[in-house]
Amino acid sequence: MTSARFADRAFHLLGLTVLVLALGMLGALLVDVARDGLGRVSWSFLTGYPSRRASASGLLPALAGSLWLVGLTALMAVPVGVGAAIGLEEYGGRGRLARLAEVNIANLAGVPSVVYGLLGLGVFVQVLRWDRSLLAGAGTLALLILPIVIITSREALRGVPASVREASLALGATKWQTVWHQVLPMALPGLLTGLILAVSRALGETAPLIVIGALSYVPFVPDGPRSPFTALPIQIYTWVSRPREGFRANAAATILVLLAVLLVINGLAIVARDRAARRRSA
Amino acid sequence: MSRLAQRARERVIEGGLAVCAGLSLVTTAGIVAVLTWETVAFFRDVSPLAFFTGRTWTPLFFNQQFGVLPLVAGTLLVAAIALATAVPAGVISALYLSEYAPPRVRRVAKPALEVLAGIPTVVYGYFALLFVTPWLQQWIPGLTGYNALAAGLVLGVMVLPLVSSLSEDALSAVPPGLREAAFALGATRLQAAVGVVLPAAWSGVSAAVILAMSRAIGETMIVAIAAGQQPRLTASPLVPIETMTAYIVQVSLGDVPAGTTAYRTIFAVGTLLFAGTFVLNLCSDWLRRRVPGAVR
Repeated sequence: MTSARFADRAFHLLGLTVLVLALGMLGALLVDVARDGLGRVSWSFLTGYPSRRASASGLLPALAGSLWLVGLTALMAVPVGVGAAIGLEEYGGRGRLARLAEVNIANLAGVPSVVYGLLGLGVFVQVLRWDRSLLAGAGTLALLILPIVIITSREALRGVPASVREASLALGATKWQTVWHQVLPMALPGLLTGLILAVSRALGETAPLIVIGALSYVPFVPDGPRSPFTALPIQIYTWVSRPREGFRANAAATILVLLAVLLVINGLAIVARDRAARRRSA
Repeated sequence: MSRLAQRARERVIEGGLAVCAGLSLVTTAGIVAVLTWETVAFFRDVSPLAFFTGRTWTPLFFNQQFGVLPLVAGTLLVAAIALATAVPAGVISALYLSEYAPPRVRRVAKPALEVLAGIPTVVYGYFALLFVTPWLQQWIPGLTGYNALAAGLVLGVMVLPLVSSLSEDALSAVPPGLREAAFALGATRLQAAVGVVLPAAWSGVSAAVILAMSRAIGETMIVAIAAGQQPRLTASPLVPIETMTAYIVQVSLGDVPAGTTAYRTIFAVGTLLFAGTFVLNLCSDWLRRRVPGAVR
């Protein structure tokens, strides 16, 4: 075997090794968290309130806070994001303004999340006086995921063939009738998947919430959008920073809950896509 | 519906959609406005020269010093370790996936790498502090509990999927004719990949690397948890340091009263962070737009 052939084989092996190592890291992470935290996951942990004693602590306020946050964030970001995507994709011309909006959205997607926290702190907390409420947190997260919502929605809309629009317009439908009755239903599977994935980003975000001043000790379940709150990632961070062993087990258990919620949401995305695709073909 | 009413409705909807699209411009304007407002106020109290060239950062102490260099050094150190991990691993796995891997492997490996990118960063922080650091301490005696090394390595794992998938996109966009020409001349897959495909995809791969750098600089939770909170001007990856992002988190968690100079530091540091990542993102975007396969 010539040396060039040998190098070729060696690189093949190297590539495979790197890939296996990267995925091995994922495996190590999951095993490590499961080993540390599985023993703490119980019904009383899920439905309990934070406590100074690690073994008596629960994460109900964080769990409820996270669900509130995701719901409110979706409520704010989805209509605006899909609207913006339709505006840019279906109505937007090739003008300078459309181009500017496009470059701007790509740039916003690259802004560090902690900077969105500073934006939320300046606008929602200080100027609008929403304080450290769920509303301020959700508003911040909505702005954070908006570029992702717009980008994925535009991709879904782009997947609808132009002939569908032309046929609808040729039959005398208006632009909006075409979008509402033809384009949106056809783009629905892609839209749903993209939207769910974007919204699930909001679930794992920590830094912006800390910056707007979300509390780390909340012994109650939020009762409305103006309520102060904590969230699963913040709870994880608080418990990781405590030096005592028991709190770290709590952090690991909370990570398991967070990953489980993410898994369920991503599963929903797949189911939603499949069902929407089936309904269309029926 | 009358013709006129229908036309009015169409106009209203179109206007509404335009407002939605415009909101993203308002977001950018908002970020710039908030950062500028507070940073200008900050520089009324602290001279820019002291901020950019000072070597001590102690805004929270009695003897306040506002030299941002230790935070910048900490950020760059962690980012450098992350890139030293993610760039070789990412480019090699991209070359493997685009030039070697059978479709079956690619179908499994790509979504698996996406999972790596979807894990919340606070989880990576936990992993860096409580798994990677203790493991590294077995081999490196002087390693402290908080350090740049573990944080940087885990950060590298986090940005690896980004480098890999963007590089792979760039490699796959190289016209097959170039590869075939190399094969026809008797090149092996490696010779074609490294000698022809990689140089042709150069701009796309650099775009991926620069974007990864921007992500590494802006990432917060991994470094806030695992790298420590001690601003220190050092190149040693073994001791606690503090990054710009971790500092913002530290102040946010404390009880620094709003309106003080110490409080405004987070906006000054945030502005620096925003400006740095913005320039990197623009560079990356510009490189990505270049035609793939164009011979330099």
